[in-house]
Amino acid sequence: MDISLQEVEYKYSANTPFERLALVDVSIDIKAGTFLAIIGHTGSGKSTVIQHLNALLKPTSGKVVIGDRVITSDKKQKNLKEVRKRVGIVFQFPEHQLFEETVEKDICFGPMNFGVSESEAKERAKVAIRQVGLQEGILQKSPFDLSGGQMRRVAIAGVLAMQPDVIVLDEPTAGLDPRGRKEIMDMFYSLHKERSLSTILVTHSMEDAALYADQIAIMHQGRVYRKGNPTEIFSDPEGLFELGLDVPEVVRFQRKFEAEFGQPLGKTCLTIEELSETIVKHMQGGTK
Amino acid sequence: MDKMIFGRYIPADSVLHRMDPRSKLVLIFLFVCVVFLANNALTYGTLLVYTLIMLSLSKISIRFIMAGLKPVLWLVVFTLLLHLFLTKEGNLLFQWGWIEVYEEGIKQGLFISLRFFLLILMTSLLTLTTTPIEITDGLEELLGPLKRVKFPVHELALMMSISLRFIPTLMQETDKIMKAQSARGVDFTGGPVKDRVKAIIPLLIPLFISSFKRAEELAIAMEARGYRGGEGRTKYRQLSWGARDTSMLLALGLVTALLAVLRG
Repeated sequence: MDISLQEVEYKYSANTPFERLALVDVSIDIKAGTFLAIIGHTGSGKSTVIQHLNALLKPTSGKVVIGDRVITSDKKQKNLKEVRKRVGIVFQFPEHQLFEETVEKDICFGPMNFGVSESEAKERAKVAIRQVGLQEGILQKSPFDLSGGQMRRVAIAGVLAMQPDVIVLDEPTAGLDPRGRKEIMDMFYSLHKERSLSTILVTHSMEDAALYADQIAIMHQGRVYRKGNPTEIFSDPEGLFELGLDVPEVVRFQRKFEAEFGQPLGKTCLTIEELSETIVKHMQGGTK
Repeated sequence: MDKMIFGRYIPADSVLHRMDPRSKLVLIFLFVCVVFLANNALTYGTLLVYTLIMLSLSKISIRFIMAGLKPVLWLVVFTLLLHLFLTKEGNLLFQWGWIEVYEEGIKQGLFISLRFFLLILMTSLLTLTTTPIEITDGLEELLGPLKRVKFPVHELALMMSISLRFIPTLMQETDKIMKAQSARGVDFTGGPVKDRVKAIIPLLIPLFISSFKRAEELAIAMEARGYRGGEGRTKYRQLSWGARDTSMLLALGLVTALLAVLRG
């Protein structure tokens, strides 16, 4: 399912003394099957953007097209369930949304709200709990007896069990240990690859953006500062530095290497493997 | 929720904002008593003028206040209707089936709902122009004499400031969890009443859990910073009573005197 934001503007608390412009002229196209990373500082409007993707917020001007639904400011929106069923959002610290007596019930909550039968929902719960790397035995426990990391995974399973066409992740690994981060990101990436699930990732981590995304949008003060694929974005990093953003470690290393030896490598590498191969090739080429 | 004005502070630079919180608290307390002096059109008119002057002194947009008061306006209208239909005194003005409207009913309805409205307006003016910290500081000072009879004034003020401090946090949290659950298919705004009542559970449980957690963390943080109650504690913000405060109270005194003369 394609999603497209067209000249979206959003004001918080419109028409009150607290009015605050959060988004200005934001246009982003998300084709089905894309992995898009949204990067920016705190307060740059990332989280506001993603709430437009399943009509939790309506733009104050401009429009959002989600599949065949058009969301604008003036239309009273009815029956948004269909949209929300197809676009799942994993919010920041999703473990705060757990509330049921058992993990199983909590995972089934989303699917059953969207009209899935109880037995089908339980089946989905079993699949989802294994997807997030937990044992089926945990299903009968109370979510509040789990560790923080496990709660996070259960909450993610609750969104996966809705079987959305598009999944939106708002810093899904914030506050996890390095191993947990990698496991969770790898899990989302393989889901994206296997089912060509559209994935939108909001993150501070340039490494994650470089590694997983095929499109990157950089937000700054409520505007889309730059859009492009990772190579485009990171091969011209001056603008990023100006915004106080960084580039992935690999790119930083490459830049240092190039500066040190005065030899441009000719392309921007995004993984350690790619960089080492390029350097080896370059050195061999150089010594010949 | 954005339009909600109860307990909300709106920063501005006005006479009311700069008043000492103690004088504001006293002023509001006295006003609440004085309102009951009014009993005819002239006295209610005086009160209305007084309230409007105070409102304009606050430099807060009247449109914003009115929008924020909308939820309570229903209560005011309800009061009006109650009096309109249930008071059976004076001349009969209008009759339609079992509905009878008397002259006294209209008068009573208008007066009582106006009184109600003025009370709400003035008390919200207090919180709109005073930060929660100022209010509790003021209250602590005003209640100070009660310490002699072992009344836990400091603890009470602390409890108040903590609960006021966490109202916005709680609102944000509510908003966040509502969104998370809406994304999981809960409909908070539409649908049959039964479903909407059921939708409260996935909202309330996470809120309770996070509130308890936050309370515990706050208690630990306070102890870690050596909190031992109000004993010997000094204040960074000193309250100062100025000419402004005295004259505001005198103005209310003048209004009171006027009311006493004009009331029937």
